Amino acid sequence: MRIQFKTSYEHDIRLFPDRWSFGVYAALLIVAFALPWLLNAFYLGEATNVLIWAIAGLGLMLLTGQTGQASLGHAAFLAMGCYTGAILMEMGLSFLLAMPLAGLVTGVIGMLFAIPAVRLHGVYLAIATIALSILADDIIVLLEPWTGGVSGKFFEPIELFGQTIDRWSTPHLFYWMVLVITIICTLFYRNLLRAPLGRAMAAVRDSEVSATAMGVHIAYTKALAFGISCAITGIAGFLMGIFSGIVTNETFSLVISIQLLMMIVIGGLGSIHGAFFGAIVIAFLPQALSILTDAVSSSSVAIPGLESGVFAAILIAFILFEPMGIYGRWMKIRIWFELFPFARKDMFRRQKSYLKTERLR
Amino acid sequence: MDLLQLLVSGLANGCVYGLIALGFVLIYKATEAVNFAQGDFMMLGAFVTLGLVNAEYMNLPFWIGAPIAILMMGLFGYLLNFFLLRHLFGQSQVAVVILTIALGFVLRFFAGMIWGHLPVSLESPLALGDLRIGSVVLGMADVAVIVVTFLLTFFLYQFFQKTKIGLAMQAASQNQMAAYYMGIPVKRVQGLIWGLGGMVAAVAGILFASKGAIDPNAGYLGIKAFAAAVIGGFGSLPGALAGGLIVGVIEPFASRYLAAGYSQIAPYALLLAVLIFRPHGLFAQVRNKKV
Amino acid sequence: MSLLEIRNATLKFGGVVAVNDLSFSVEKGEVYAIVGPNGAGKSTVFNLISRFYDPFAGSLTFDGQNLLKRGADQIADLGIARTFQNIELFDHATVLQNLLVGRHRHRKTTLIEEMLFTARVRREEKAHRAAVEEVIDFLDLQPYRDKMIAGLPYGVRKVVELGRALSSGPKLLLLDEPASGLSVEETQDMRWWIDDIRTQMGITVLMVEHDMGLVSSVSDRVLALADGAKLAEGTPAEVQADPAVIEAYLGAGAAA
Repeated sequence: MRIQFKTSYEHDIRLFPDRWSFGVYAALLIVAFALPWLLNAFYLGEATNVLIWAIAGLGLMLLTGQTGQASLGHAAFLAMGCYTGAILMEMGLSFLLAMPLAGLVTGVIGMLFAIPAVRLHGVYLAIATIALSILADDIIVLLEPWTGGVSGKFFEPIELFGQTIDRWSTPHLFYWMVLVITIICTLFYRNLLRAPLGRAMAAVRDSEVSATAMGVHIAYTKALAFGISCAITGIAGFLMGIFSGIVTNETFSLVISIQLLMMIVIGGLGSIHGAFFGAIVIAFLPQALSILTDAVSSSSVAIPGLESGVFAAILIAFILFEPMGIYGRWMKIRIWFELFPFARKDMFRRQKSYLKTERLR
Repeated sequence: MDLLQLLVSGLANGCVYGLIALGFVLIYKATEAVNFAQGDFMMLGAFVTLGLVNAEYMNLPFWIGAPIAILMMGLFGYLLNFFLLRHLFGQSQVAVVILTIALGFVLRFFAGMIWGHLPVSLESPLALGDLRIGSVVLGMADVAVIVVTFLLTFFLYQFFQKTKIGLAMQAASQNQMAAYYMGIPVKRVQGLIWGLGGMVAAVAGILFASKGAIDPNAGYLGIKAFAAAVIGGFGSLPGALAGGLIVGVIEPFASRYLAAGYSQIAPYALLLAVLIFRPHGLFAQVRNKKV
Repeated sequence: MSLLEIRNATLKFGGVVAVNDLSFSVEKGEVYAIVGPNGAGKSTVFNLISRFYDPFAGSLTFDGQNLLKRGADQIADLGIARTFQNIELFDHATVLQNLLVGRHRHRKTTLIEEMLFTARVRREEKAHRAAVEEVIDFLDLQPYRDKMIAGLPYGVRKVVELGRALSSGPKLLLLDEPASGLSVEETQDMRWWIDDIRTQMGITVLMVEHDMGLVSSVSDRVLALADGAKLAEGTPAEVQADPAVIEAYLGAGAAA
């Protein structure tokens, strides 16, 4: 059983509460960097895919998990980051400049979208973001001269510090680049969470009224949350484009938006781990399913809609039985072991709350 | 006149959107839950009817098969509430939203597995014949859609305002604990309303499938119906219909008068505009509450 | 000059007049209680001061500043903090995090600094935590510091609500029914805390309360409201003896 005696404010503030967790994450980091020597090219590509989805998940997690604004339109911001980055690189900017710039532009547009969106709550916000996602598809086609419309945009291998980084010929370099970006994004996210802004976002999520009374400017905080969330998502979108080599208007559809949201709910809403767990599920599901279908039936005909259907079924199972997601279940198991044999049966029982209409606010 | 023809055919489509929107608003009014799978309920209702009525399946007469399908979908809605939604009793709205979205995917998958992914048409007597009024031509199916939609809206509106069960449903959505204290069996009431939502969706599905072909992705129509429900203002039954009509009428006019890429985005652009300027829809039911 | 001055405030909700030409002032350093039956407009007055509502007519002045020119999120900056009748805490955060949000108005760091977690942010965080620790000491919340609000009993939540308001370092504290739902011992604790807030911390307290025992033991002046209008004002003894007040809701024969 690990008991933490905090003897200084510093102890409360720092990233890792004790030596043990520091050690665990350090080991994880070492394994992550060593992955190119442990995996073959195919699985390394899969790992890179997981990391890219994790970045996208972090983006959405900040908005939905931390600030409570459910967004079903983040595929639009993935697309925005992707196309912006591609256009910037075509204009001659190096990857090192294009990537943060693409994120910045997407973030600014996200903040612009937030201006009317801050007045929307719950379902209305979800619907507005669905509309945004659908509109993105059509707008990409409309802006064909820049986006390549239906035929799409191609991505050249990128140049970074004199090295050509290409997903197929130098998968390890590509992986390391994505890993570094992931670590930076995670660090920023974690820093925000332990600073006043992160707390303000949680305040907006839990009680707007009292947050206002404490001096939190709701609209400003939501706009910031949108901006940062969209910036991170834009970066992920750009990476997705480079990773797959080609994007069209159908790459970032409403289904992707929904899958992103489902992913972070399965992973565990409100936690950094949730984004990573969700990314692992979404990236490895196609593999797992094809192994299963091969084992069950001898035909190799692809079943349309199987992936989405199974993913959705997994989500339903989680919502019904483990609303805190994979990370939640992981925490519960860990605490059970830590408290053994003193764990009580209903320790995590949710308090039942009775519904009160939201139509009177 | 050309305009009139556009208007009238838009009305018929609008009524289908309105029916789906009606289902949304019904469920929302009684349970504060938004059923994102309502469009897929409609698709399922159409396919169940198809499975009962079409020649290659059970080949029952239409006027026997359709009511059975409607009842089956009602039962489906009730059971869905019983097995899935009751677990979420007391959780936040977002959880229900995510659940119903996921449900939509699952329904689409199963419909595809059972009935295939190719578009099929419902063999319905409603599809035969045209109605001519002046220079305007309407398919009988369209006429049926319009008539049934208006009738259904009227009856449901009366149901909610005048009957005891209707009032009980409204009470259960506004303050559950108080409803319990007043002796309202809240869970049973919620089950009933989901059943009702299922039945309305089935009717929408039958009418839609009589007009044209249907495939498992027809549920995506639900998104436009959503736009309709929001434009009309969640919580208002006549508003749902009005919203549906507005969206239905805008579509043909937009595709006629706007360039190719712009016409599809018209309903969604309208939706965003309504949300920006009147966040609670045109016929809003939100008031300020005392904190 | 009074710390808080309300002059001729009027507020209507549709046809209902919630606050009817109300005028009163709160002096610095006193505990001022507002009493009245339900629906008398007490919480509405609070919501006017918190700027959640705009008055139809009248003026609100705090420390010489015109409140009507401020938005609801600027009130904390002026030095007004409040608690809510139906506890509005942040359920998915710990007690410490709730109290730290109370310090939001003292935030001096920018977004970029916080994302990079510079040394300045670190220093500020420690300062915030030190300030909050004083509140925790004052209210004896040490055992609950790292517990999630969602698992805490009602009495403790009420205390955390008070603590969060105190964390913002206010000049004026608005307490909305601080003793509602509390047991006798907890109400006693609340009484001593309010006393200490006034005497040791020099914070002016404006409270809405139904518990006449608490009101009489700790307030300097009392305002009795009925139907949004002033019924009587004075010391607790004076108000309780006022015949109009007795008639309004203390009941005949319940004279002090």
